[in-house]
Amino acid sequence: MNRFLLPLGIFGLLVVVLVIGIRHSPEKGIIASPLIGRSAPEFSLPALMQPGGTVSTASFKGRWYLLNVWGTWCGECRNEHAMLLRIKENGAVPLVGLDWKDDDAQAQAWLAQLGNPYESIGADRSGRVAIDYGVYGAPETFLINPQGIVVFKQVGAITEEVWTGQILPRVKGQGSR
Amino acid sequence: MRRTAWALLAGMLLGLPGWALDTTVLPDPALQARYVGLTHELRCMQCQNESIADSPVDLAADLRNQVRDQLLQGKSDQEIRDWMAARYGDFILFRPRYSWGNAWLWGAPVALLLLGAWVAVRVVRQREHLLAADPNPDVVEEDTPR
Repeated sequence: MNRFLLPLGIFGLLVVVLVIGIRHSPEKGIIASPLIGRSAPEFSLPALMQPGGTVSTASFKGRWYLLNVWGTWCGECRNEHAMLLRIKENGAVPLVGLDWKDDDAQAQAWLAQLGNPYESIGADRSGRVAIDYGVYGAPETFLINPQGIVVFKQVGAITEEVWTGQILPRVKGQGSR
Repeated sequence: MRRTAWALLAGMLLGLPGWALDTTVLPDPALQARYVGLTHELRCMQCQNESIADSPVDLAADLRNQVRDQLLQGKSDQEIRDWMAARYGDFILFRPRYSWGNAWLWGAPVALLLLGAWVAVRVVRQREHLLAADPNPDVVEEDTPR
């Protein structure tokens, strides 16, 4: 009896480790951002919709906002657009756009055609700011709290489930979660 | 016929350098070597199984430019690796780093080896003990029915 106890115990431990591993493994192909819990990288970019103006992180301090990385070359961004318009309508948290390696005129035409869900949009023509945010595909969205800390990152389009399950509870829950 | 073959071969050889994805040349051969090394050990985040040196996507080119610029600014290899990992996470490093988070992974083989050695020693000791207790182990005692 006793000689089976040790192997059985080790087996049990292995099962527990595997179950925890499977439960906690992020969705396949999605890479955890090292930015979560850290300050959102600062930037100051030309404003897409106001010629001569700038969009900078400093002006968003003190309130929640969603930084949405998009581009007119990005097919999935077109799919996400309707959701972004609903988020704007909802009004719980403003959307700030980061137009990633895009042509300004095309981006403006896109917004004229589909509607503009953004409060302001920075034109990241070189893609340098997107690198600071560790962006590797569009759309990607960062939820940033009033202290300027990144609290959540969505890779891929924001869905209704992500909005109601991940973003809204954090914004409504307040605090520094 | 033969002439055509030679012409074809020459054309292919001449064409080879044109296929190189990354034509960056740094002024100093030592810097160039470090550049080649670093771009081969950083992962292209969009393709994930290619290094940024081998990937044709835009983002890989941008990251190669970052490596080049930072090398020219005099940054060390480690500073550049850390800069990349701070943005894209350890996943961008093809050569994993040692950290408390993955210490168990590095330590597990050693721990298993020690566990195995401990079990082996115990088994051997037990056998020796049995041997000592039985002065005549080669004789197999058998019960015979009466």
